[in-house]
Amino acid sequence: MKILVPVKRTIDANVRVSVRKDGSGVETANVKMAMNPFCEIAVEEAIRLKEAGQAEEVVLVSIGTAKCEEVLRHGLAMGADRALLVEADAELQPLGVAKALQAVVGKESPDLVILGKQAIDDDNNQTGQMLAALLGWAQGTFASKIEPGDGRVKVTREVDGGLETLSLTMPAVVTTDLRLNEPRYIKLPNIMKAKKKPLDKIAGDELGVDLSPRLSVTAVAEPPVRSGGVRVESVEELVDKLHNEAKVI
Amino acid sequence: MSVLVVAEHDNRRLSTSVLPAVTAAGQLGDEVTLLVAGHDCGAVAEAASAVAGVKRVLLADAPHFEHGLAEELAPLVVKAAEGAGYVLAPATTFGKNLLPRVAALLDVAQVSDIVKVVSGDIFVRPVYAGNALATVRSADPVKVLTVRTTAFDPAAGAGGSAAVEELEATPAAGLSEFVERQFSESERPDLTTARVVISGGRGLGTAENFKLLEDIADKLDAAIGASRAAVDAGYVPNDYQVGQTGKIVAPELYIAVGISGAIQHLAGMKDSKVIVAINKDEEAPIFEVADYGLVADLFEALPAFSSALDSLD
Repeated sequence: MKILVPVKRTIDANVRVSVRKDGSGVETANVKMAMNPFCEIAVEEAIRLKEAGQAEEVVLVSIGTAKCEEVLRHGLAMGADRALLVEADAELQPLGVAKALQAVVGKESPDLVILGKQAIDDDNNQTGQMLAALLGWAQGTFASKIEPGDGRVKVTREVDGGLETLSLTMPAVVTTDLRLNEPRYIKLPNIMKAKKKPLDKIAGDELGVDLSPRLSVTAVAEPPVRSGGVRVESVEELVDKLHNEAKVI
Repeated sequence: MSVLVVAEHDNRRLSTSVLPAVTAAGQLGDEVTLLVAGHDCGAVAEAASAVAGVKRVLLADAPHFEHGLAEELAPLVVKAAEGAGYVLAPATTFGKNLLPRVAALLDVAQVSDIVKVVSGDIFVRPVYAGNALATVRSADPVKVLTVRTTAFDPAAGAGGSAAVEELEATPAAGLSEFVERQFSESERPDLTTARVVISGGRGLGTAENFKLLEDIADKLDAAIGASRAAVDAGYVPNDYQVGQTGKIVAPELYIAVGISGAIQHLAGMKDSKVIVAINKDEEAPIFEVADYGLVADLFEALPAFSSALDSLD
């Protein structure tokens, strides 16, 4: 089995983001960037399936600027076999990314595509579902457990009511939720080894798909700030305020 | 302009998540159609026809629609959307799973998790875990939108009298099969619609200690939530999680107990009307958003809180 893992470079999850004063977006200059956490979970899962003998090859792909090479090297250091960078400098949105991935799937013919359920920058939660639609494949979104076997893959999903298990025909697209696994720490020798692993680059235009954005962001603003509250000294005071002042109990 | 809303349901009851989506739909056009796709779900179609503001209910009843699988529903939604200017669903795990598949089949973008309709083609949505609000314009001929349910008032569930029309089922795709569902059984109000929510974090320390919250939840008729840390630690199931990637709640009263207040958690609850934080760490970021903060050991504060509730008239 071959697994393709698309990954995205985003602002590091620990960075406190700030909105640019001119409302054009979020400040990304001189901000620490990293692999989107859900993508890291996807890479980890693919590597674990390989380590368990259920997959032969784990291929990473990222679409974006040359800087995406950093996150691909990170994934290679985690244990992926090789990587592909689709270079595109313009703004990308989920539908365009899904089309690019569809073209990559056409070249690579994976049995399983595992990707993060959402990126922590745009919070779209779309790309995996769109890719599955374009390919006409089954989808297992928000996975907390992935069990391949016998031409099918069993996916346990985190849904609003609890957990749901589906059995998908392969090839399939699976998107990862938080509790699927805990990504490993990378050891220094693996970082060195990752530098020698194959990383191919192709120009986005060469895929022959429409990457152009469909949505335009006209403004980005700070959300309304909650006015500072008060400290109460005791449980009695708290209950009194909730009852007599806020009148919520 | 005709607006299609995909109804979430379990073949027996219409989910309350549909009601705010109908409100958003009403801001986009007068011709609001609810699509009910399921199996033996006539009761849901009946409930859908009673929702105020709904003009038409499309009912598609077939065995392969029983479990709400995206692979089965997406082609049907595309069919039902013929001539519509908008396709909406609540931004629940149901809507999040289904609608991007529909958008891709229609070759249009999706605008996720809208919190405001500015005009027919401009919407506001949170990004970066709610740390920024983006105003987004869609130029696509059909606009596919998921709706944050806490951001729109629910439409009335009664008073409407929409006609129910049968919609012929699209053929079964057969790509995926439902295996099982493990849902938490609870007599408590639903987390996303409860008037009061009490949530616990890692500070609770064990699954057993969540019982301290249950006692108070019983008295306030509250739903129980949790931070990611508490879910990851296995204190409570995943469906308790409030936050960027869990449930978004906006109750009248939100009580955060032993929760430090990571931005990912704040993203899920900061629109609550009144926020109470109980934490022994006075530096915890949760206090920055709390209307009432109590620096205290929760193991002393919770029993005291419970008895103080008893003495209210």
